[in-house]
Amino acid sequence: MSRTDAATGTGSGEFVHRRRRGAELFLLVVALLVGLGAYAAVGLGMEGEIPADMFTYGGGLTVMIVACHLVVRFVAPYADPVLLPVVAALNGLGLAVIHRLDLTYGEIGQKDDYAQQQLIWMALGVVLFLATLLLLRDHRTLQRFTYTSGLLAIVLLLLPLMPIIGTEINGARIWINVAGFSFQPGEVAKVLLVVTFAGYLVLHRDALALAGRRLLFVDLPRGRDLGPILAMWLVSLGILVFQRDLGSSLLFFGLFLVMLYVATERPGWLVVGGTLFAAGAFAGYQAFGHVRQRFDLWLDPFAFYGEGTNDLGRQSVETQFGMGWGGLIGRGFGNGRPELIPYANSDFIFAAIGEELGLTAVMAIIVCYGLIVERGLRTAVTCRDGFGKLAATGLAVTFALQVFVVVGGVTGLIPLTGLTTPFLSYGGSSLVANWVIVALLLRISDQARRPLPSMLSTEPDPEPDAEETQVVKL
Amino acid sequence: MNRPIRTLAVFCLLLFGALMVNATVIQYVEAGELNANPSNRRVVDATFARERGDILVGREPIATSVPSDDEFEYQREYLAPFRYAHVSGYFSYFSQTGIERTQNSVLSGDDSRLFVTRLVDMVSNSEPVGGSVELTLDDGAQTAAYEGLEALGPSTEGAVVAIEPSTGKVLAMVSSPSFDTNRFADHDFAALNDTFEELDAREDEPLLNRAIQTTLPPGSTFKLVTAAAALENDIATSADDPVPGGPSYQLPLTDISVENGGRDCGSGDIPFTQAMEQSCNTTFLALADEIGVEDMQEQAEKFGFNSSYLDDLPLQAESRYPGDLDEPQTALSGIGQSDVAATPLQMAMVAAGIANDGTVMKPYVVDEVRSPDLDVLDRTDPSELSEATSPETAEVITEMMVNTVSVGTATPAAIPGIDVAGKTGTAESAPGRPPYAWFVSFAPAEDPQVAVAVLVEAPGGQQEIAGGTLGGPISRAVTEAVIDQ
Repeated sequence: MSRTDAATGTGSGEFVHRRRRGAELFLLVVALLVGLGAYAAVGLGMEGEIPADMFTYGGGLTVMIVACHLVVRFVAPYADPVLLPVVAALNGLGLAVIHRLDLTYGEIGQKDDYAQQQLIWMALGVVLFLATLLLLRDHRTLQRFTYTSGLLAIVLLLLPLMPIIGTEINGARIWINVAGFSFQPGEVAKVLLVVTFAGYLVLHRDALALAGRRLLFVDLPRGRDLGPILAMWLVSLGILVFQRDLGSSLLFFGLFLVMLYVATERPGWLVVGGTLFAAGAFAGYQAFGHVRQRFDLWLDPFAFYGEGTNDLGRQSVETQFGMGWGGLIGRGFGNGRPELIPYANSDFIFAAIGEELGLTAVMAIIVCYGLIVERGLRTAVTCRDGFGKLAATGLAVTFALQVFVVVGGVTGLIPLTGLTTPFLSYGGSSLVANWVIVALLLRISDQARRPLPSMLSTEPDPEPDAEETQVVKL
Repeated sequence: MNRPIRTLAVFCLLLFGALMVNATVIQYVEAGELNANPSNRRVVDATFARERGDILVGREPIATSVPSDDEFEYQREYLAPFRYAHVSGYFSYFSQTGIERTQNSVLSGDDSRLFVTRLVDMVSNSEPVGGSVELTLDDGAQTAAYEGLEALGPSTEGAVVAIEPSTGKVLAMVSSPSFDTNRFADHDFAALNDTFEELDAREDEPLLNRAIQTTLPPGSTFKLVTAAAALENDIATSADDPVPGGPSYQLPLTDISVENGGRDCGSGDIPFTQAMEQSCNTTFLALADEIGVEDMQEQAEKFGFNSSYLDDLPLQAESRYPGDLDEPQTALSGIGQSDVAATPLQMAMVAAGIANDGTVMKPYVVDEVRSPDLDVLDRTDPSELSEATSPETAEVITEMMVNTVSVGTATPAAIPGIDVAGKTGTAESAPGRPPYAWFVSFAPAEDPQVAVAVLVEAPGGQQEIAGGTLGGPISRAVTEAVIDQ
């Protein structure tokens, strides 16, 4: 950190971040154009005209985005300028694609109000985003809730197992249903767990890294240091395995491992984790029919497609057909057949985008996700406190792992496990949770990029004598 | 803690890089393969709904695509569904036959020759449109052939093939009974299924293209091949040369005796032309025995037996002349019996080869392939299939065939003012099965414009089976339709 920032002209030898709120505003306009352009393109492609509600829809979206920008400008002026626009673009594009699928679902007489619901969820997400920024002025406050949030995460994870409110959809019992709204508590739990892990690890990192015995190649920490967090992790993982939520299990496993690695700076943990993962995967394959099935489906989805088979490979095969048909530039909105892919608007929205918008859009979206992760990790690097570093790392890695698991699963790179595509997929819980994640990242980045108080006092002190004349009585 | 975070960033980069590579593999590298997968409904539906190119006969479309108001944008329509059924084939959701199948890439617009058109379509974001295919068929000849078979009765089983001898162009190809190709273009898949089941179950097999898929012993029409072999092997050199005749012939190594059905085949040696005119079994049995199986087979193969040569239509059956016949079988093969079997197309090629000074041209059905803008993308050039006989041999056989029509067994094919060369055939395929009639001809003898083969397996209504009376008039009508133009 020896560069000087010409713009601020501090000359102190410290790098000082500019606020860059103007840049954010410009990028937000571009992001809005992406979202609204996609919405208009859906109307043109599907019905040959700009949608009638273009202005109300566009107005609503603009209001939300502008509100986000204004709040960030006032309560987190140094926050990262790229995160919010990228997220806004993804959310806008997701809404357009969900709306495009709604139009087709309507034609064939299925439920077709996903986009409306998603818009409501987005509004809720934005409200929580704003609330997080407004109420949480310093992310370190969260460190106080290390154990509380851990407990809350476990309660949330357990909720779907409760009678009455818990619902099982497609073999995974991860939803709760209250007053007609279904919600996936696991999505919120993942934010809480990041806080817990970060809070715990930042306190115990030295003990975890230094005290302990060497076993084989790894210095194992003492049980009393690792115990509590290990227990918490095992409990949450156990619940997920019990609920057959493979995607989230994978996510939580990776998250914990990565945060442990960052906190202790011991690559050995990755080796241990990798070994454990391999063992777990093998055991899961041996023990659970549904794990085995996923694996077989991944190896050869075509063997499970069409008449005379159980047709479980349909999703994967139709995804490949659709994306192949989309090719480099896609069929265009309305010219593809994404409705052939089951769950095209939620878990498989990536396939629908690949089909109608082509490899071009697929690449752009992966880059957008990459930007979010990169910005999150950059925040972690610049952050000055350990808790912020760990929390930012955790949130960014959650994001990266989720994208990899779901996009990799949908495109057949890895076995398919159910997870939502952040900001694109239909699904309220995920959308709301992801908006909160972004708010937390912005908050941490605001702290990280804010100049130190000592560096702010570059102006000549208005009352240079005031300090000097202060009398300290002892 | 920054070092592990940076390591993590690199790791995430690798993860996202893997996602990008994988997406590229699906959407670019494997895209063609995925699109070609027959169970890929997207491609099947899109191709099915597309504006498919026309199939043309002359300048008139026989198959075209018209806008449709159901879920598929276009409906395939056949304008002469029965008459052209076996050549055009049908284009159904589940399968295609005939030209619709072999020329599918052009008709659907996917052919690489349509690359520029497709590029324009892609840039202008319009749906691809198929190119058109112009057939060699002659509407007059096709109509004459179709109506000729129809006239024999409603459930006549038979086929007619007409070829232009100098080029190999197929001028007419009809198989009877025929079917309504429009029923297969139905967008109502339940009705389509019923159509399949109904036609598939029928005993007279309307879906079969008898012109190229049915092989039957060619009977006396094969005597043309035997005659060619005899002349090529110098057993006889002119129409007047003496050949063995007589009222009966005992097959070698057996006590089976074959006669001539009451026709005048003299006793002892008779002129070659008389043997042809009267279709003397005794003569051609003896000749085939004398020529031997190897030379007989060689001659048959020069005309196209034991090979397939028609690229433009699917599922062509090979005509057979086996090489392992024993002596009595070889003798019998001389009159087109034993294990010899030929398609009507093959017998038309025998006639066409003789008509074209002994040179057999490769038969073809697709004349031109055009882009949607009617630019000619490809034109089939006539090509030589083989030199079946010398011009001299062809000339001698032509002379004998002309005599057969003017004074012999083939008089029903005669056309006033034109020298027609012809040969009849009546054959039995198996005991208990009704015999069937063949007729091959070409005309005008001095400058042949058309060679015709007619096969009638089972006439609807009429009882008497004889090549001349059944096939002759059809052959004559087709010939007249071609020559009149």
